[in-house]
Amino acid sequence: MTKQVQQLDRVIIRFAGDSGDGMQLAGDRFTQETAAFGNDLSTLPNFPAEIRAPAGTLPGVSSFQLHFADHDILTPGDAPDVLVAMNPAALKANLSDVPRGADIIANTDEFTKRNLARVGYTASPLEDGSLSGYNVHAVAITSMTVKALEEIDVSRKEAERAKNMFALGLLSWLYNRPPEGTLKFLRSKFANKPEIMKANITAFQAGWNYGETTEAFSVQYEVKPATLAPGTYRNITGNSALSYGLVAASRRSGLPLFLGAYPITPASDILHELSKHKRFGVRTFQAEDEISGVGAALGASFGGALGVTSTSGPGMALKAETIGLAVSLELPLIVIDVQRAGPSTGMPTKTEQADLLMALYGRNGESPVVVLAPATPSGCFEIALEAVRIATKYRTPVIILSDGYLANGSEPWRIPEAGGLPKLRDEFSFSSPSEWSGADGKPDFRPYQRNPDTLARPWAIPGTPGLEHRIGGIEKADGTGTISYDPGNHDRMVRLRQAKVDGIAADIGPLEVDDPDGQAKVLVLGWGSTFGSIGAAVRRVRVAGGSIAQAHLRHLSPFPANLGEVLASYDRVLVPEINLGQLALVLRGRYLTDVISYNRVRGLPFRAAELAGVIQDVIDNV
Amino acid sequence: MSDRAENGGAANGEAANGGANSPANDGALEASRRPASLTLVPVADEKLGTRDFKSDQEVRWCPGCGDYAILAAFQAFLPELEIPRENLVMISGIGCSSRLPYYVDSYGMHSIHGRAPAIATGLAASRPDLSVWVITGDGDALSIGGNHLIHALRRNVNINILLFNNRIYGLTKGQYSPTSEQGKITKSTPFGSLDTPFNPVSLALGAEASFVARTIDSDRKHLTSVLRAAADHRGTSFVEIYQNCPIFNDDAFAPLTSPASRDDTLIRLEHGEPVRFGADLGRGLRFGRTGSLEAVDVAGADPDSLVVHDAHAADPSYAFALSRLDRADFAHTPIGVFRQQPRASYDDLMAEQISAARARQGEGDLAELLAGADTWQVG
Repeated sequence: MTKQVQQLDRVIIRFAGDSGDGMQLAGDRFTQETAAFGNDLSTLPNFPAEIRAPAGTLPGVSSFQLHFADHDILTPGDAPDVLVAMNPAALKANLSDVPRGADIIANTDEFTKRNLARVGYTASPLEDGSLSGYNVHAVAITSMTVKALEEIDVSRKEAERAKNMFALGLLSWLYNRPPEGTLKFLRSKFANKPEIMKANITAFQAGWNYGETTEAFSVQYEVKPATLAPGTYRNITGNSALSYGLVAASRRSGLPLFLGAYPITPASDILHELSKHKRFGVRTFQAEDEISGVGAALGASFGGALGVTSTSGPGMALKAETIGLAVSLELPLIVIDVQRAGPSTGMPTKTEQADLLMALYGRNGESPVVVLAPATPSGCFEIALEAVRIATKYRTPVIILSDGYLANGSEPWRIPEAGGLPKLRDEFSFSSPSEWSGADGKPDFRPYQRNPDTLARPWAIPGTPGLEHRIGGIEKADGTGTISYDPGNHDRMVRLRQAKVDGIAADIGPLEVDDPDGQAKVLVLGWGSTFGSIGAAVRRVRVAGGSIAQAHLRHLSPFPANLGEVLASYDRVLVPEINLGQLALVLRGRYLTDVISYNRVRGLPFRAAELAGVIQDVIDNV
Repeated sequence: MSDRAENGGAANGEAANGGANSPANDGALEASRRPASLTLVPVADEKLGTRDFKSDQEVRWCPGCGDYAILAAFQAFLPELEIPRENLVMISGIGCSSRLPYYVDSYGMHSIHGRAPAIATGLAASRPDLSVWVITGDGDALSIGGNHLIHALRRNVNINILLFNNRIYGLTKGQYSPTSEQGKITKSTPFGSLDTPFNPVSLALGAEASFVARTIDSDRKHLTSVLRAAADHRGTSFVEIYQNCPIFNDDAFAPLTSPASRDDTLIRLEHGEPVRFGADLGRGLRFGRTGSLEAVDVAGADPDSLVVHDAHAADPSYAFALSRLDRADFAHTPIGVFRQQPRASYDDLMAEQISAARARQGEGDLAELLAGADTWQVG
């Protein structure tokens, strides 16, 4: 049966079901198909912290949203055009995000009296008319899957578990996705379980064929490939990009990579990823706790390795003392904080930007560090290289503030030429005895004598003859590095450590402002993962005729040297953050600029439409 | 061995020869073999002496502190390792003992409270060419750093941990420590401490340590022999050193050091030798009914029932039973090597995984890694 094909420029779909329904896998496969097809895309996995919350309940709902388009897009989208609801809980939990007129594909098999009652429905919303504003497709996904697998030697339970592949097959047909990648994936994933492989492939094909033959779907959609810059692309999440960036930095710096880490959501995937890459000489150490993870990384740095530790907020709190030691020792150290909703355990799988002040100031004493924040999932790759460049050149801890949204969200990434990456080996050198000729022919080593340009102290690693020295957390005499309680020396050392970090501003390039018509009176300034939402909101405002300037900070300590000047050139500066105004507080204190702070802390990225409204309000009130 | 000892100082000459009371005769190496922890560490191209390991820093412990004796014995011992100074690294935490790295002319880090084993783990795991020594105390290792200590022991990284146990907090001026006896009157416990102390040797054995020994600051010969045995163990060597704090806990170990009582209280362990102690070595050990050890007069005891020390026993139960002899009254306190069980070290296994991966798949290719399995072309 030939169906009508309708062209769309972009679509947002959301798969939603029980935690055990395989929604993340279905979403991930749809993403890969979409990437292979050539659309631009952005994803938002959203799942509970519990591995298997009670089946059929609202807390157990897991979803995966994907935005794809024939042009470049910046966010996973505000509101789904299509919601796949595998059970009543999934419908109830997600319906408020779905605009009227959108498609809802509901798995009718799960809309039983018991399941409905469990989430508070007294009547089935599929039948009581309450969904009349939506385009509802009632599909018996479970029973059709089971029927399609009758000939295959799997249990009923195993057959039911393949229903996510039926749903994926149906969606793949609906949006004309190339199925080959998913079929290849299933063949390889279940290579050792031929019956399960057959079940999943058959379920996928049954879903596809159902779409093609049923009258429930009269239209098939097509979203043409996006025009992206020429190159080789792959899809990548933030955690993967960060991991690859570290491996690349290890290669380009010639320093063996050592990761000390303790498992914590949503940072564990960095440990998982790096533990695979032993061929690159990567050492991963699953420590007994967060403190040991950072301690081992610092020990490795002392020995001349690239010491890295990865964690999330609660782990950052535990690492604070060791980061302070690294400040005092002035050794390179990379600390990755994949932020999540806090305080305390908070909401481990939900995103937030509320660790900024902790990263900047959360240690005892005057303890300046470098703080960087990636803006996009693929941007995590460059941030890792930049962090290593700064840490090794200036011998300082560098904190990378990623977050749950960047960590798990994905987007197409134009793969860089490995040979074209920064030559980090040229940015630093280990100290050698010949640099320290003393009176009696022996090296006169001074562990805290600074390079006059960078203010970095020498990095003399154990095994270097003649440069034996002792360092520690006790205040050191300027130059010699011996223990010193001298008041004047302490004042000087406190200022030198700060000056070293401040001086890096001259080495990071100015903050670039996107102000296409030069007429804007309002600047919207963000940092970290809000880049996509702010960018999409700015586009909306501009399409509607508004003038708005946008800038985004990747360096949060030190700030780019021109930041004060940029802030002063606009009548109003709007700072949206997924916290209660942490960057705003720093900007006000530092530049005496009364920025307008806009804050939502819902564990989710901003919606573009919401931010566009906020921006327009500020423009209207200038 | 003996020429090495001459170079290191007089005390070593005695220990290297091994006297009747010398413990751990398995610690004295044949001249041709390097200590097991140092097989990947370069050999010094010149002979070094005690003085080469003294830094220019003024030693600032209290007069009479046991740390002086330990430092002197350690510095005199170091030349016999025959490694370059630059390949020796001392890592310490916080406390009186943790100042030691400042006084040894090698690479050193005086880190933060309790974390030295973690820092040393990262260093040793990435630098097999270094000899890494952790200097810690009873508060540092057993209280604030207890977690790092037990995990370092089970993990068996190639490091040496020297725990100076003075049973008191010295640097914070005299609070009770996790090894202080129950009822200890201190500034923080004017009515007596309430908690049961740790027995560090029992703790280490329970934490799957592969090398566990105890020695005393005042017995330089014994201390040196234990250091030698520790260096000859690949993996984590745990050495508890009873150390006197003359200011806040003076004479804490008097029953073990006083000439009047020490022959009765100290049980010097020597691998392969019958356990003998007391006047005229007339006392021995035998297993009681429930698996614990008890002291008996050798005369009149069934010779087959008397314990012969076996530090290499695979099962740690015997070593644990030995460790339980040490009680608050010091009636019987074994010193020497309780346990030395060869076991692959964590850093060696880590290096093996890397070389195995490279042998299997070749050196990592960055372009291949970045591309992954699923790519597509645009333009």
